[in-house]
Amino acid sequence: MTHLELTKPFQSRELAKAIVKKINKLSVELSKKGFEKINIMHVCGTHEHTITYYGLRALLPENINVIAGPGCPVCIVPAREIDEAIKLAKEGIRIFTYGDMYRVPGSYEGLSQAKAQGARVTIVYGFLDAIRLAQKSEEETVFFGVGFETTAPTTASFIVNNKVPKNLSILMSYRITVPAVEYILSAPHNLNGIICPGHVSTIIGAGAWSFISEKYELPTVVAGFEPIDVLLAILYILEQLINGKAELINEYKRVVKWEGNQVAKKYLSEAFMVADRDWRGIGVIPNSGWLLNDKYDYLDAREKFNVKIDKWIDIKGSCKCADVVLGRAIPTDCPYFGTSCTPQHPIGACMVSSEGTCSIWYKYGGHMIRKMRKDINTEGI
Amino acid sequence: MQEKFIVLAHGAGGKENESLIKEIFGNVKLNKVEGGIGLDAFDDGALIPAKTNIVTSIDSYTVDPIFFPGGNIGKLAATGSINDVAVMGADPIAALDGIVVEEGFPISDLKKIVSSMINVFEQENVALIGGDLKVMPKGKLDKIIISTTVIGMIPQGKIYLDSMVKPGDRILVSGTVGDHGAVITALQMGIETEIGNLVSDCQPVTPIMRLIRKFNDVHAAKDPTRGGLAMALNEFAAKSGVTIEVDEEYIPMKEEVSALSEMLGIDPLSLACEGRVVLAVGSEIADDVLKILRKNGYDNASIIGEARDNKDWNGLVLLKTRAGGMRILEKPTGELTPRIC
Repeated sequence: MTHLELTKPFQSRELAKAIVKKINKLSVELSKKGFEKINIMHVCGTHEHTITYYGLRALLPENINVIAGPGCPVCIVPAREIDEAIKLAKEGIRIFTYGDMYRVPGSYEGLSQAKAQGARVTIVYGFLDAIRLAQKSEEETVFFGVGFETTAPTTASFIVNNKVPKNLSILMSYRITVPAVEYILSAPHNLNGIICPGHVSTIIGAGAWSFISEKYELPTVVAGFEPIDVLLAILYILEQLINGKAELINEYKRVVKWEGNQVAKKYLSEAFMVADRDWRGIGVIPNSGWLLNDKYDYLDAREKFNVKIDKWIDIKGSCKCADVVLGRAIPTDCPYFGTSCTPQHPIGACMVSSEGTCSIWYKYGGHMIRKMRKDINTEGI
Repeated sequence: MQEKFIVLAHGAGGKENESLIKEIFGNVKLNKVEGGIGLDAFDDGALIPAKTNIVTSIDSYTVDPIFFPGGNIGKLAATGSINDVAVMGADPIAALDGIVVEEGFPISDLKKIVSSMINVFEQENVALIGGDLKVMPKGKLDKIIISTTVIGMIPQGKIYLDSMVKPGDRILVSGTVGDHGAVITALQMGIETEIGNLVSDCQPVTPIMRLIRKFNDVHAAKDPTRGGLAMALNEFAAKSGVTIEVDEEYIPMKEEVSALSEMLGIDPLSLACEGRVVLAVGSEIADDVLKILRKNGYDNASIIGEARDNKDWNGLVLLKTRAGGMRILEKPTGELTPRIC
């Protein structure tokens, strides 16, 4: 099966139309039932990409509000950890970083600016690249380990299998999505349903999200990343709301298993331990990150090179990145969006990564959506 | 010639320079505009006798890799500048080239590149009336850079400007979009195995422009190179002060281009074309223009949308997406693929 044969059916305009028709019908019924606004949060940058890139918000009735939550692993790395990487790179230690992280500003500058001043920074596609490059040289090197449940297992597998060369250590910045969602739900909120990330669920399993429907009594759908996947997820949430149900549905069965990837999960628990970690501009979220297990202490770049940053600046001026990450603001609420903050000159992290909500809205016209829904007849053209 | 590789002396203006130029440019048949002075004179400059309006354009070509499926940097250098002049409504008649090549570059490759360039000029009846060749020390330049200037004449006083799109105009493209950009991006990313049968669309658009010249109601024409269709449409909308609405379903695109774009997470509408034209034509003639293009081998030509006067949205491009949603088609931002042309 070719790539397009896999994805095309899930981009079908006909199918989208049929689903939207049902969504429209249910939204009318729900407003009759007293639902003034139906707020659905997704927690994945790729979902936001699908929604904005395919212009899906323009298809939805006005009382359905799809909100981007914490779904960008680069956006939530505290400035402190970027500062640590820059400090190491300026001290002559080579930092291997993902391209997405390269331009994210720390307290004062990002790795890209540090490199321009002579700091040692190399962009890699993954941990394996870092291993190969470290093996070729004598110099001390550090991998900037950033990501959610999706990227962490690869790093863990090389650690457990003892494949990390002596001159390579890790600056641990991994975070875990489930506690972040729980953090949002345990505070006062107005959410009516959650769309869970297909990629992360491939690793942790659809079942990992059952607390949302059980404890917080919200309809929950694990969804894929084509427009039909997202529209179906919205429909499944509305159907549950109509029926007064709160269940966990796996829409992305073609990829996600209930129990996830057992091998990956085993590597994660062997290499890492769960710890309370802070998220950029948000603060400490309990059990929301990974640090190295004691027996792999020797791979910890912070210990090995004794990096310590006491003061850092997560949020600059009136930047609304933290609120955007938590779904409490949309990019256009920020005074900098599209004016002083652009992908070329980012002030906040959300404008840098291709998974950041601000960057997606800026690139694909997401900021015009409210006006568009009002003005344009989408049946048109 | 004895040497197999370029040496610094080849660019020094002396005997070596002269003999290299004679060797690689010696077979240019059309080397001056009728009644003018051209390449064969080896003088300091060229002369073009002219009575009409002249259109001219210069571009430097840095494409990486220099040889790619569907062309090479030489073919691209001739085609690109010819196209810039042609979409203004001019007949390209003459060209000048500037080549800067790295010391150690294989002369056989240089010959291939130059003969591709000369072939395009010859096929298009464009006289190569002058040029320059310099050599940079090894490591100071990545292989080769070619600049070309093309000069064209406006035959009937009709010029196509980005600012002349009118509300009600239909927007047409002459063929599939993004072919060149997809090929180059895939090669740069090291996933050439995914390219399949896809080749760059690098070719002169002069035949297209000759076909549409018959119609009075063609208002604007543009070759969507860097920034792709997205950039071209945005320039139409912004410079003409109209709202352009296009439907993704009607935008012709090869399967390989769709697949590569999805794989790489890039918007195929911002991928460069090197042999396509975007047109804004009066609604009454749109079907006839489409018919004549298709009849002449441009099978994938398509009407993709229209221009409107909607004061809230003028200056912007609205896209009905594949899935039926709507969004603004923004100008591409950042560096999608460096050295695409």
